[in-house]
Amino acid sequence: MATLVAPRIVTARTGYDDSYTLARFLATGGYEGLRKALTMFPEDVALEVDEASLLGRGGAGFPAGRKWSMLRKSPVSYLVVNGDESEPATFKDHLLLERDPNGIVEGIIISAYALQVNQVFFFVRGEFALGLERVQHAVNDAYEHGALGSKIFGSDFSLDIVVHPGAGAYICGDETALLEALEGKRGFPRIKPPFFPAVSGLYGEPTVVNNVETMANIPWIVLNGGEAFAALGAGRSKGTRLFALAGRVKNPGVYEVEMVKNTFRDLIYDPALGGGLLDGHTIKAFIPGGVSAPWFGPDLLDTPLGQDEVGEKGSMLGSGSVVVFDDTTCVVRAAWRITKFFARESCGQCTPCREGSGWIERVLYRMEHGGGRVEDLALMLDLCDNIAPGGGWPPQQTTICPLGPSIPSSVTGAISMFRSEFIRHVEGGGCPFD
Amino acid sequence: MSHLRVDLRQRAEELVALYPRPRSAMLPLLHLAQEQDGYVSPEGIAEVAELTGTTTADVRGTAAFYDMFHLEPVGTYVVGVCTNIACLLSGGLELLEHASSTLGCAVGSTSDDGLFTLEETECLADCNFAPCVQVNHRFVRTRSAETFDTLVAELRDGRRQHDIPTHGTLLRVRRAGGLHAPKREVTAQREEAKAAREKRAEETT
Repeated sequence: MATLVAPRIVTARTGYDDSYTLARFLATGGYEGLRKALTMFPEDVALEVDEASLLGRGGAGFPAGRKWSMLRKSPVSYLVVNGDESEPATFKDHLLLERDPNGIVEGIIISAYALQVNQVFFFVRGEFALGLERVQHAVNDAYEHGALGSKIFGSDFSLDIVVHPGAGAYICGDETALLEALEGKRGFPRIKPPFFPAVSGLYGEPTVVNNVETMANIPWIVLNGGEAFAALGAGRSKGTRLFALAGRVKNPGVYEVEMVKNTFRDLIYDPALGGGLLDGHTIKAFIPGGVSAPWFGPDLLDTPLGQDEVGEKGSMLGSGSVVVFDDTTCVVRAAWRITKFFARESCGQCTPCREGSGWIERVLYRMEHGGGRVEDLALMLDLCDNIAPGGGWPPQQTTICPLGPSIPSSVTGAISMFRSEFIRHVEGGGCPFD
Repeated sequence: MSHLRVDLRQRAEELVALYPRPRSAMLPLLHLAQEQDGYVSPEGIAEVAELTGTTTADVRGTAAFYDMFHLEPVGTYVVGVCTNIACLLSGGLELLEHASSTLGCAVGSTSDDGLFTLEETECLADCNFAPCVQVNHRFVRTRSAETFDTLVAELRDGRRQHDIPTHGTLLRVRRAGGLHAPKREVTAQREEAKAAREKRAEETT
């Protein structure tokens, strides 16, 4: 059974029909965190977040407090908030943007105060038309309410938030590509080093880039203290986290659960969460953290939902998206579709990613449609090895950004776990599930 | 003579003023131009170039990178059906095929009456309603062939204009408010806060 005693931190108000309105926000403790933060010194606010050990919720899982502290000595110019959620089957930020935009805005204002930044750019995925509307309304309401603009709530702190729409490019979820898009260019990830926008970010100035869900945690941390947050979860994974459960389960959806205290089995099977697989079906495999993550078999269902716990088993918690495959799922088709996604979204700067993704996609398509050869398996593994040599996890990088090295995850995973199914595609001259 | 309508031109100038560098307004401006013309037209490109201080080649090259910008005319309703992993597992490919026959156009093309353009999209982040369909970037949550057909009938009759505006991502979002404090006031605030912070740091060590 799942352990569901933790407070709901980021989804506390998402259940209300009018959760996105200022009225509901204020009636459910809205801006109390900000009011408290403004009575504290900015560096003390940052300290609370550091004590909370909040890991960034975007996918890389870098400690938010550490990201901020890199900038403590030099002033930060910009805070950029990443709302470009596009990792396949990840839909947690979408929920927050549409259901609690005010809560995100409050978290942003507090973070900007802690960092002493006066300009925030809030990048929202372009396909979220309703999300963009709601976020802009929340920002407008915040101005009206005195929570944004000059001298916020009578303090000596002023802040502006500009809502910036994306235009449909997965790669802009990479923070350096996102900054390029913000500068009005093609979303090409920047060559590293420098590794962090903290050194050279927007317009070459020191910039902090944080994820939407990370921001949504901040008001609670300020109100209840970093210690209370760090008391939830275990190891390096503190607090609660949003998991987007999709695929062949009864109740797909976004669930906020305490980290580490629950396992993938809890998330997928607990009646209060995923509710198990669709009637009459059994689990075949699952993706633990977005399509960039290597797949897990049913033997790993009891892995706790924690960053290091999943990392030790050779995959990642990534964006918090869990996709469940059942006995009707063709793994060749699944791997093909995921690879097609990468081929389509590759920005094209680096050869291994640009050429490798399309090549593997074509081989998988051919195999799925009856033209497969036994030697295709070795060919695909060799291509994967050229994209991320060695095949270990985390992958070796041959490209500017992590998109390329994410391509092999599903391909090598599918081949090593389900080799016989590939062979059946070859020998049977097509997909046995058709 | 501006190609953008007077009201949109005003909004475009407001957008440019939001950023430290005008080029940063590129994506929002392209959205505006697309919403007026239905696609990113050559005239729209010229005007965005003028507003951002770039060339038409810069604007075209940037617009071409992003999936949401159409460099040639599209239907009044752009219908996107997702077939990415979560939707694939819930019949996304089958729904896309069905959509193609209902709308009477191949994937990636526009129906003869110019009403619909059908696209196969990547994950739209609405996977609990898979397979996921968007019309002009509004989630319509028609998961079965039957509900999809009902939606199409409603669109044809013009009965969904309240919740699915034609070409609209940004048009209904308007920024109100802003940081009206003069820049030097904000700079002075920053300097003061920084000095205070340093003093506190000295005192604690």
